[in-house]
Amino acid sequence: MASPAETRTSGRSRASIAARTLRTDRWWIPPLLTTIGLATFVIYAGVRSFMRTGYWDAEHHYLTPFYSPCLSDSCLPGSAHFGTPIGELPGFIPLAFLSLPFLLGFRLTCYYYRKAYYRSIWFSPPACAVAEPHTKYTGETRLPLIVQNAHRYFFYVAFLITLINTYDAIVAFQGGFGLGNLILLGNVVLLWCYTLSCHSCRHVTGGRLKHFSKNPVRYWIWTQVSRLNTRHMQFAWLTLGTLVLTDLYVWLVSTDVISDLRFIN
Amino acid sequence: MGYDAKLRVWRGDDGSGQLQDFTVEANEGEVVLDLIHRLQATQAPDLAVRWNCKAGKCGSCSAEVNGRPRLLCMTRMSVFAEDEVITVTPMRTFPVIRDLVTDVSYNYTKAREVPSFTPPPGLAPGEYRMQQVDVERSQEFRKCIECFLCQNTCHVVRDHEENKPAFSGPRFLMRIAELEMHPLDVADRRDEAQSDHGLGYCNITKCCTEVCPENIHITDNALIPMKERVADRRYDPIVWLGNKLFRRGEN
Repeated sequence: MASPAETRTSGRSRASIAARTLRTDRWWIPPLLTTIGLATFVIYAGVRSFMRTGYWDAEHHYLTPFYSPCLSDSCLPGSAHFGTPIGELPGFIPLAFLSLPFLLGFRLTCYYYRKAYYRSIWFSPPACAVAEPHTKYTGETRLPLIVQNAHRYFFYVAFLITLINTYDAIVAFQGGFGLGNLILLGNVVLLWCYTLSCHSCRHVTGGRLKHFSKNPVRYWIWTQVSRLNTRHMQFAWLTLGTLVLTDLYVWLVSTDVISDLRFIN
Repeated sequence: MGYDAKLRVWRGDDGSGQLQDFTVEANEGEVVLDLIHRLQATQAPDLAVRWNCKAGKCGSCSAEVNGRPRLLCMTRMSVFAEDEVITVTPMRTFPVIRDLVTDVSYNYTKAREVPSFTPPPGLAPGEYRMQQVDVERSQEFRKCIECFLCQNTCHVVRDHEENKPAFSGPRFLMRIAELEMHPLDVADRRDEAQSDHGLGYCNITKCCTEVCPENIHITDNALIPMKERVADRRYDPIVWLGNKLFRRGEN
């Protein structure tokens, strides 16, 4: 990195301390855990999105969120809840190609995930008061990172996709009521918590107002979103976990590795 | 029960300096500033340290303890093991004057660059009327004691001195957000926040929030809402179109 200690301001220079940081705690653990957590999800989700097996359990009507909405002729019978307006898709295109890029974009531009990967992957900075290794820094002032300002558009699409996931979870009750239904439902509830606690949601629902007193309904919505927003990080991680859990459960049940625990039917 | 604490204090000026080891008596209930004062009284009478209230309210004794930006008067000795070496250094981001005292004039320069409160024309002081619900959001930011720990820890200027002219830092971006959210302020500060004060440099890694001794949610409640307002102004064609078509004003 540049040597700030050498740089002079107002005729004076910074204290000459050569060490990158004087922190004595294990500051490297959070970025390490974050990298492991994100990498695990990206690898699992990447592999599963292209597998095209174990995503639909016809007996219990379970559809994994990684394949929703399934809109092509390549989808298994029954898994296309909204018809098949698209013909056969070549194997290198995920069946949920309409939703996955937006969901990825929603998480990539999310204010929490930005903090997570800027710190743990880009080391900018790796931890507070630990010097970053880059010689130059322009932040989000220019391409490509200026695109982060489009987060609200990804939020709008993610909102619609969460509606679709909700529909999938409700449709699954047609097959009775089992543990899979609870898992799908729990996943959807947490997806709503994550989506609605988004900082852009907080802004568009009421944050952009200057006078709450003139907009009492939007102020109430903003207040509720703000309460959720304080737990946005927790929801971000919880939903990564529930997405993997839901997909894994549907995969194992649909391939008869395990049987679904049934409560009714 | 008292014990001998091991202190390592940076001593020097803008020319040169180094960490020096001291052994200083520590007693139950004391904070790091107490030990710095005892060190000054018993072993190093020329040690320079800036302090005032000893209650975490004046923001004078900002420094770094074991590499972490802290107020010396709010850092209890009980959080350290008795055999631990406690390193006390001046804030890294600012030029050092002597020992633990830094030149924080960068912050005063940036403060002057923020346009002041702009009430509606024709409204005189004494005639201001506001709803509590409208002002309470920005009142959180009024808790700031201007210790400048957020400015010190922000990597945008801490690791890149060259960014100082373009970046005002979290404290003053928060001040802009405070005015932007103020129900009686009529100035549009969104363009300036991005172009003149460097809001785009912030990559919301939240170190400013982590070190704030007043626990102000700088990132979540000031910087991110301000980024969203800038997106309204500069990066959102639908909002722009809506404003044009429906002639929306401030609401």
